[in-house]
Amino acid sequence: MSWLHHLIILPILLPIVTAAALIPIDERNRTLKGVIAFTSTVVVFIISILLMQMASSSGDGEAGASVYLLGNWPAPFGIVLVLDRLSALMLVLTGLLAMATQVFSMAKWHRAGHHFHSLFLLMLAGLNGAFLTGDLFNLFVFFEMMLAASYGLLLHGSGPMRVKAGLHYIAVNLAASSLFLIGVSLIYGATGTLNMADLAMRITTIGPENRMLMEAGAALLGIAFLVKAGMWPLGFWLPATYAAATPPVAAIFAILTKVGVYILLRLSMLLFGSDAGASLGFGQSVLLYGGLLTIGFGAIGVLASQAMGRLAGYCVLVSSGTLMAAIGLGNGAVIGGALFYLVSSTLTICAFFLLIELVERARDAGADVLAVTMEAYGDVDENEEEKEGGVAVPGTMAVLGLCFCICAILLSGLPPLSGFLAKFAMLHGVFNPSSFGDDVPVSGVEWSYTALLILSGLAAMIAMNRVGIRTFWTSIEGTIPRVFLIEITPVLLLLTACVFLSFQAGPVMRYMDATAKSLSEPQNYIGRVMSAPRAGPVAGE
Amino acid sequence: MELVLSAGIGVLTASGVWLLFRPRTYQVIIGLSLLSYAVNLFIFGMGRLRVNAPPVLEPGGVGGLLTHTDPIPQALVLTAIVIGFAMTALFLVVLLASRGFTGTDHVDGRE
Repeated sequence: MSWLHHLIILPILLPIVTAAALIPIDERNRTLKGVIAFTSTVVVFIISILLMQMASSSGDGEAGASVYLLGNWPAPFGIVLVLDRLSALMLVLTGLLAMATQVFSMAKWHRAGHHFHSLFLLMLAGLNGAFLTGDLFNLFVFFEMMLAASYGLLLHGSGPMRVKAGLHYIAVNLAASSLFLIGVSLIYGATGTLNMADLAMRITTIGPENRMLMEAGAALLGIAFLVKAGMWPLGFWLPATYAAATPPVAAIFAILTKVGVYILLRLSMLLFGSDAGASLGFGQSVLLYGGLLTIGFGAIGVLASQAMGRLAGYCVLVSSGTLMAAIGLGNGAVIGGALFYLVSSTLTICAFFLLIELVERARDAGADVLAVTMEAYGDVDENEEEKEGGVAVPGTMAVLGLCFCICAILLSGLPPLSGFLAKFAMLHGVFNPSSFGDDVPVSGVEWSYTALLILSGLAAMIAMNRVGIRTFWTSIEGTIPRVFLIEITPVLLLLTACVFLSFQAGPVMRYMDATAKSLSEPQNYIGRVMSAPRAGPVAGE
Repeated sequence: MELVLSAGIGVLTASGVWLLFRPRTYQVIIGLSLLSYAVNLFIFGMGRLRVNAPPVLEPGGVGGLLTHTDPIPQALVLTAIVIGFAMTALFLVVLLASRGFTGTDHVDGRE
């Protein structure tokens, strides 16, 4: 076993150690703390890239999952970390988002409260752990770690609004955690294992009396993740919470809903995939119809939002609804496109949350409400005389406006950027499930998925147009916001990543398709976990 | 014993859920605590109920299905208790902060 293998544990260990080391440092040295935290995030990001290479090209010829035995116990008994293409992808995405938001927070937001960077790193460790673990109870522990840190981050900055939103957020998540535990223990009681790979093997052989219990457990577990992913009607807490959080926190929260989506994808492909026997496709219709309803609800919310923060919150709902419905379609060809969409939409929404704060510095509080109400009652200043020649757009506003335009194009899925490519890839999968040009009839549900995907894009475009025109063209006060370089750079970085995705769509899409293929054939994953070699000389062998 | 345990879990869950839907923050936190007790008992029950069967081995002893009970649910319960405890403490702080900001103990911050 080479030393490279030990890199798998570092995305969890490094943030925890750094977070602990940062706590004794005095709060007045915030910049120092920020720099240390940022350095550790950059190291984790580099490690994630190495892990991604490892996952897509293993040393022994065939690429597949790498397994790390914690405590060196063999697989079904000890806890395992599993690295495959999907988890590596999520690690890289998390790293990218974390770097951008950390840099952004160092301009001023980390001064709004205590221990921002420690909490941030602990949440990062929880996220990375949830993506890497191959054990259900370990997943619960990492999930709670991520949530506990997210409670602290949501309350960062304090104030009545945040405390109220935090109270609701914590209550909802604690109730969901109870469901999570009931689900896990039901699955354990019915099958006698918590290891995901072992579970996937045992699911084929369990008797009908235990199968019912196992499915009840899986359903309860699913509800806990659907609350996290914000499925309608479990996601009403989401827009209010995200709008109340400080901008860098809201931006990193964009990945939190994707944890729910990630686990739903992982478990439904692993446990209820092609080899599941009597439980084949369990829960798929819930995901499909729930996802469709979520897209609809999100799109209506996008149109009805008056504040930009809420608009972005509803965009999060649309994004996770699209992903849940894509998983629920049970069509391997859609999953590749859905993963592309996951990456593209998460980057976009993160950038949008950061951008909102910069843009809103320029406008007065009433402008948001005016944007919607003025449209309803007609413009009052239609007959005002036009000034000769117009006004020159200041440089800052030009850059912000450009970023806003790119966000709008990405969110509404217009060509030529990655939002369009992602939706195109998904729709291509819907219409050509096996290969290009075959004549498979398209069902009604698939048509409604297609329609909702396009209509939600239209809704996003209308809403973004309205907000954009009111903000950049008819600004009432006309004040120019003061924007620091380290605040606009992360936004530009995230949007550049989206542009990069658009230009490198070929290689990226090949990676996503390989990921989808390995997800739909879980035998490799199961085999690697169950036959993982133990490190060093082992007594008794 | 099965009847007592299942009735206990049922009563705790029912009271917990009812309190969770009440408008006062204090009721919500008591509801969440009751729910977490019910969940802990439930996890414990998933290891099957056994009397006089320890979950750990004596030094030098040999384990057996007849003499020992499943240790995993007990380990899970320990973890769940610790995490639940920490979360309750955190929620209590947020509750007090909310009371301080709004002057009321209503969950929405106003009557």
